[in-house]
Amino acid sequence: MSDQKQHLLKYLSKGLRYDGRKPTDYRAVSIEYDVSNSAEGSARVRIGKTEVIAGVKMAIEKPYPDTADRGNLMVNAELRPMASPDFESGPPTDQGIELARVVDRGVRESECIDVHDLCIKEGEAVWSVAIDIVAINDDGNLFDAAGLAAIAALRDAKMPGTNDKGKADYDNRTKNKLPLKHVPVPITVFKIGNTFIVDPTTDEENNFDARLTVACKEDNHLCALQKGGEGDLTIDDIDHMVGLAQEKSEWLRKKLR
Amino acid sequence: MPYLKRFDGRKFDETRPITAKVGIIPRADGSAIFQIGNTTAIAAVYGPRELHPKWMQNPNTGILRCEYNMLPFSGHGERVRPGGGRRAREIGMVTENALRPVLDLKEYPNCVVDVYIDLPQTDAGTRCAGITAAAMALADAGIEMKDMVAAVAVGNVQGSIVADLNYDEEQNKTETEGVADIPVAFMPNSGKLTLLQMDGEITRPHLKQALEMGKEVCKRIVAIQKAALRAKYGGSQ
Amino acid sequence: MESLHAKDKDLVVPGDLIATGMGFLPSKGTYRDGDKIIANRLGLLSIEGKVAKVVPLSGNYTPKVGDKLIGRIEDLLFSGWRVNLYGPYSAVMNVKDATSEFIGRGANLAEIFALGDIVTCKIVNVTSQKLVDVSLKGPGLRKLKGGRLIKVMAAKVPRIIGKDGSMTSMMNQATGVNIAVGMNGMVWIDGTPEGEIVVAETIQKIQDEAHLPGLTDKIKAFLEQKTGKKVEPRAMTESE
Repeated sequence: MSDQKQHLLKYLSKGLRYDGRKPTDYRAVSIEYDVSNSAEGSARVRIGKTEVIAGVKMAIEKPYPDTADRGNLMVNAELRPMASPDFESGPPTDQGIELARVVDRGVRESECIDVHDLCIKEGEAVWSVAIDIVAINDDGNLFDAAGLAAIAALRDAKMPGTNDKGKADYDNRTKNKLPLKHVPVPITVFKIGNTFIVDPTTDEENNFDARLTVACKEDNHLCALQKGGEGDLTIDDIDHMVGLAQEKSEWLRKKLR
Repeated sequence: MPYLKRFDGRKFDETRPITAKVGIIPRADGSAIFQIGNTTAIAAVYGPRELHPKWMQNPNTGILRCEYNMLPFSGHGERVRPGGGRRAREIGMVTENALRPVLDLKEYPNCVVDVYIDLPQTDAGTRCAGITAAAMALADAGIEMKDMVAAVAVGNVQGSIVADLNYDEEQNKTETEGVADIPVAFMPNSGKLTLLQMDGEITRPHLKQALEMGKEVCKRIVAIQKAALRAKYGGSQ
Repeated sequence: MESLHAKDKDLVVPGDLIATGMGFLPSKGTYRDGDKIIANRLGLLSIEGKVAKVVPLSGNYTPKVGDKLIGRIEDLLFSGWRVNLYGPYSAVMNVKDATSEFIGRGANLAEIFALGDIVTCKIVNVTSQKLVDVSLKGPGLRKLKGGRLIKVMAAKVPRIIGKDGSMTSMMNQATGVNIAVGMNGMVWIDGTPEGEIVVAETIQKIQDEAHLPGLTDKIKAFLEQKTGKKVEPRAMTESE
């Protein structure tokens, strides 16, 4: 075990963290909406000094042949090199890809958007919704910030108009919001030694054993799970982490407008 | 038809409303955000730091490396596919050339100063907003700079020389009259130019007029950059 | 005609005109252009007599001979170790500079300093290519065991140390935490978790307010309020 980790465990055994928080405390959370007026919907989430922006773009496209009556949903994430000295420019890394797919899972599996609602004319025209999440400053816990920003941006989004060629008219936006059915909020719980924490800073992220991202809907049902890290978890561990995630998810969801 | 009144009512040498703030990305060595009208550029500076790959290192001096990136939701219409492309690479290069003249990197052999410019929303004048934000971020990072650098797009719209063209003005070509879109960057103390490009058509005397207007407008933008740098430390003069 | 266009302790920005006239002299952070002295760095102007220099408020560390740093052993070399200085330039520590004790020819260097060890060291040489040599021979230079490292802005290190070590002394008096500060912007703290948390907060406060007056009094009040212990801004004793 590294010296760093031993030192951190000393704190955790006393219920303390490097910044004085308790293991289940979040840093200050703030959400701003409509931060990019070229996006159909956008949001900026700050958790402590971590900052993430999500933007929603929509377009009218031909549906895929095997889903002729459903629209398309895509979640993309970029760990821009501006956000941390550890991020490099170039194609997405494993870290960036995992982030995108975990947020995607939460959004898609919750069916917060019923993709049938995105159908304009079966077989010919459907709405495609693209959510792009961009890390601006990484001070730990990008997973939760990204998940929250994605759902906040979706709630902010307004449908573009349609022009006479059947394509989206971005100059004439409507006041119609995206038909959202659920509000999934992912929470990542970390296990370090025998302590479970939420909202890790970078030091804590560099010294954990295992983590579990749990996406919860507003009825407390789970809609996505992802275990990360090289350590192992018992079933009791997982049950405990899920309970903690549900509690925090409810708390975080209240911060959405 | 001569362009006598601007679409948004501005004076010919008036820029759109500007906000500037420094130190917005704590993990970076320096950072700034510059918004002009609906174009917003965020710049982050990391460096001097070790340059990888090693074969790019220069034992005589540090190098400046600039990257320009439009965020996927920042385009005027459809989503912009991530990955940069040739336009972004060229803008990165002219940004490097626009900032290089004020920097002396001989003190940092084998190192790199990385500048990352990302735009969350765009409405013309993007490369100029990027250069202006980058200059503030470099100063914030404590890099030695002979002078500040500010940039703005000047141009000729239906016979009138204007500063800070917005999207509608850029697109306002007719069959008889063209539009010249001229991004420029100036160092205020010497009045010398570090960026000059042009799309469109212009006469020689009009070009000179446009450049003179660009110089004056850039001087005003530098005052805003300096105020933003001072504001971070609570200074007011 | 000579004139000063700015005052001592003004916040200056690159390109700012400081003075006109050949009698003024440029120094670190300023340069001469014709008969003008101009700032080329963001920071606080310092005018001593006719010399104008800028005390930086930001910027990465530049290695200087004599500076005391905190580094991490990152490689074993044939006759020494490579030391990571947490910046763009790394350093080499020769076997002969490692300790005053005799190290035999066949000695296992890893037993003296292992990969990952944190040390305080002193710069003994910097070449024009910024290759750095460090030494562990000297008072107070040693391996640091336990504790944790905090990254701070190199420009703020003098304020964190305080005059004659008065700031670190106050932090130690209030919390009992041992503190070592490297000019390269790394601070090592070792004490109880509660004490370390207060010290980390104090160091952040010093960085945030380094450019404002009355810092020593503010930090004294902050520490006394946080810990209930009385502190005095005196010089650090040898054992601290």
